[in-house]
Amino acid sequence: MSAGGAPVTAGRPALVAGKQKRFIEARGVVKSFGPTPALRGATVGAGQGEILAVMGPSGSGKSTLLHCLAGILAPDQGEVWFGGRRLDTLGDDRRSELRRKQFGFVFQSGQLVPELTAEENVAMPLLLGGVRRAPALAEARTWFGRLGLDGLERRRSGQLSGGQAQRVALARGLVARPEVLFADEPTGSLDSVSGELVMDLLTAAAREHGTTVILVTHEAMVAAYADREVIVRDGRVSSLTGAEP
Amino acid sequence: MSVPLTLLGLLEREPSHGYDLKRDYDAYFGRSRPLRYSQVYATLSRLARDGKAIAGPAEQGAGPERRRYVITDSGVADVERWLSEPAPPEPDLNSELFAKVVLALMLGRSAGSYLDIQRAAHLRRMRELTELKKHGDPLDVLLAGHALYRLEADLRWIDHTAARLDLLARVVRG
Repeated sequence: MSAGGAPVTAGRPALVAGKQKRFIEARGVVKSFGPTPALRGATVGAGQGEILAVMGPSGSGKSTLLHCLAGILAPDQGEVWFGGRRLDTLGDDRRSELRRKQFGFVFQSGQLVPELTAEENVAMPLLLGGVRRAPALAEARTWFGRLGLDGLERRRSGQLSGGQAQRVALARGLVARPEVLFADEPTGSLDSVSGELVMDLLTAAAREHGTTVILVTHEAMVAAYADREVIVRDGRVSSLTGAEP
Repeated sequence: MSVPLTLLGLLEREPSHGYDLKRDYDAYFGRSRPLRYSQVYATLSRLARDGKAIAGPAEQGAGPERRRYVITDSGVADVERWLSEPAPPEPDLNSELFAKVVLALMLGRSAGSYLDIQRAAHLRRMRELTELKKHGDPLDVLLAGHALYRLEADLRWIDHTAARLDLLARVVRG
């Protein structure tokens, strides 16, 4: 993509030929909140371009695992690796930069900034990455047609349905062409038809760009879009299917 | 659901007469479809013929002649294999899933491991159906959607059951 101005994917290495094993990985991650352990030695990895579903009951630690993999939370023990580099030992600024430039995020709901229009919300990762306003908005607008949102560019989040808002959030998660998209219950607040549309679009876009997806969900219908699934129970990860990358 | 394997599982728990097996089968697995006595004895005869169970000597009593059946090592191996394999992920499986979980708990085998492999088999099939939905014609999409929702219902039951295995084990083992 080239939207003019600063390159929006600055710092992103070229895709290597073939899928890199364990492109992003948690190794023996332990994380507690006060006296309450959330992760007790969680180990999981996803290959480059892989869509990995992280399943598990409420409170099992799956969202905490996502936050540790994404560098939002620092583990108490264990390691997090991304693209062959240790992520958990980076300073806050470097991790923040990594999240901005190489990671994308989609959460369950309530993630759009209500004061901004839909296109401004989508453009936000580009603006934060240093792209000038006009090219950032132009690039953001290209996602509206792809995600069935034509005509909604100037609406604010309060004027969008739940499914529309979630597709806007998906566009925002993907607009900067992240290497890894972290999706935490991305269809959690949607009816089945809207949820299916979001998952169809999310997986199609990820496949098209070779984006790795870490998909946290408790819904089997959503996990069925992934290449592979693991389950988190009591802060540990079990592989349910297939060989790990 | 496999009646012979379920009866074998009950036999692994303890040597039993046909009458006891029918009573326990109906109580645990056949509430809406109890077994006929003729079906129980025919199945036990086949299991004995195939070396899965051994019929004890005839016991004379006030009623009809009775024999106590004992499971063989080959029968135990069959039960063990059955309980460690996922059932084919198709709709309307609940009776088989239910029987496997209850028998595993009854026999002290890992019902949790069984549920894990069944969950994996279901999700594998759901992935295939999801793929079919993306590329199929509208009728394929409708059919795949129907199968997906049925499998999802099974999976909800699997998750619900997995969260309650300790309680269920206490109930089943009495």
